[in-house]
Amino acid sequence: MFSAEGSNADGSAKDQMKEEYRKYTFRKVLFMVGCATILIILFGYALTLGSHKIDFFTVFTTIGNHIMGATYQIGTPEWTNDYLVWEDRLPREAIAIVAGVGLAIGGAAMQSVVKNPLADPYTTGISSGAVLGVTVALALGITAGSIAGNYGLVANAFLFGMIPTAVTIIVSRISKTSPATIILAGVAMSYLFNAMSTLILISSEAGKIQEAFLWQIGTLQWTTWDDFPLMFIIVAAGSIVLAFTSKQLNILTLGDESAKSLGLNADNYRLLVLVVLSLMTSAVVSFIGIIGFLGLVSPHIVRTIIGSDNKYVIPAAAIFGAMFLLAADLIARMVINPGELPVGVIMSFIGGPMFLILILKSKKGVW
Amino acid sequence: MIINIEGLEFGYSSTPVLKDVTAKLEGPKFISILGPNGVGKSTLIHCINKILTPTTGTVMIDDREVKEITIKEMAKMVGYVPYSANDTFPLTVVDTVLMGRHPHSHRGSLDKDLDIVYETLEMLGILDLAMRSFNELSAGQHQKVMLARGLAQEPKILLLDEPTSNLDVRHQLEVAKMLKRLSREKDILVIMICHDINIAAKYSDEIILMHEGTVFDVGTPNEVITRENLETVYGVDAKVIDDDGMPHVILKDSYPEKKPVKIDSDIQETSETPLETA
Repeated sequence: MFSAEGSNADGSAKDQMKEEYRKYTFRKVLFMVGCATILIILFGYALTLGSHKIDFFTVFTTIGNHIMGATYQIGTPEWTNDYLVWEDRLPREAIAIVAGVGLAIGGAAMQSVVKNPLADPYTTGISSGAVLGVTVALALGITAGSIAGNYGLVANAFLFGMIPTAVTIIVSRISKTSPATIILAGVAMSYLFNAMSTLILISSEAGKIQEAFLWQIGTLQWTTWDDFPLMFIIVAAGSIVLAFTSKQLNILTLGDESAKSLGLNADNYRLLVLVVLSLMTSAVVSFIGIIGFLGLVSPHIVRTIIGSDNKYVIPAAAIFGAMFLLAADLIARMVINPGELPVGVIMSFIGGPMFLILILKSKKGVW
Repeated sequence: MIINIEGLEFGYSSTPVLKDVTAKLEGPKFISILGPNGVGKSTLIHCINKILTPTTGTVMIDDREVKEITIKEMAKMVGYVPYSANDTFPLTVVDTVLMGRHPHSHRGSLDKDLDIVYETLEMLGILDLAMRSFNELSAGQHQKVMLARGLAQEPKILLLDEPTSNLDVRHQLEVAKMLKRLSREKDILVIMICHDINIAAKYSDEIILMHEGTVFDVGTPNEVITRENLETVYGVDAKVIDDDGMPHVILKDSYPEKKPVKIDSDIQETSETPLETA
């Protein structure tokens, strides 16, 4: 129907348009590279910080030696460095990156699914589900004291976190109305699950109440390498799926009618996205508690800078989210010395005002 | 391209909209679907491109039942230009039109896709808007971008839902002219839902006039646009004159509703179905 060659006069105008387009997309890639650079710098810097400062060169050699299999005598300064870097700081930062990626991509995807820039990964009620899971586990006598107990809490949080999503999906399939249905169902689920948690807690002893409360605060303080593999696998798999179907995510945002006319089965794809992002979010929340604002603000800021094409928003939000969480965790660790504040609290302190500023400054109308 | 519609019926839960619609649309041609609000024009074209599934009846495209055609295959054959576009997360014009390439594109086809995007933008005269953001455009420009997106699908059939409703007079004429040109030059079966009887009468090859959920009349504009038809279907008193061989409608007055609306809200007796689907 259209010839790909065109006349000679067309040629230069066509090339000009293509050239402009490529420059446009290149700028987006540049932004991502910039964020990735900051991420790497933060990562390196964070490894040197803590109650016991270690200079960068020592950090570097310690990691190198550890990979080579070096062991040390307990109590020697080398052993201390190795322990701090390898068992304390490295897993914490690795998990911060994975969690940042998971929450930011989850937020970007959820916003596209419900066509609302105010959505975040918890819109379908996952956080209240996870809290209920933990509450139930604690009430049944499982505590975080033992390793088995810890796994029990995590597993329960994960499973219960998926229930609100399942209900939301079923409701939206049955009633088949607008994307607002998903949001409203999520709100309903949150209220319901919070109510159940409260009921269980008020009949529990003070110790359990405290444990439940402390659990759901978003913090990276207790993370170990044990927490890493499962979170990493789920977030990596989910991110790959969403990144590779970013075109479909764009089309989904057009509305079900236009989506179908372009060949996308909107109902099925929406289901896939909700399941994937629920798994990712549940995986993150089960291990490190509830960290708010990251999933909401990261995609937002990214869209303001590079536009709304999900092909670039998804990876950019991932890098930005990881960078953001790492930075917040740094602040969490260093703002009071000794000791630290929970990163979830820091994130809300930063995220809240930041979001207000975003709303006020928004002239481009990314909404 | 031939679309055969046989005994098509559709209803939204309890409310029937389309009743026993039978029609044959053969292209390439420029066909307009006319009719009052709520008569089922949008519903009809949504049943053609699988956005809706009819309750009974068949739709065949080139002797293939639409039921058997997948959405993806459909998207390669049938382009759709909606009445309005979602503005929540706006993209640039190029990116928006690129989405029309989705049914055809694959890894590494970006270059060819951009070629086609260029051709459509140039054909519609909106090349200068290429890198602008969709939400910065006027209604007329929106419409052209949506049209470009539908054309980028390289369709054999193009369905348009009121493409001229939001436009000023010049753009209305431009778009109608363009659609007629497309049906000629690109061999497309163009099917347009229109509220402007005169635009449809002036440019269409064929008009399908719908009334009370079914096809009332089919034919050339001269055959279909008559004083009697307009009175029955639209409830208006109009004079139809000849303008360069095509009919032109001069509206005189509206007739009162055929039957009075009873106060008892259980019984609604109007000559129109209560649903607005257009």
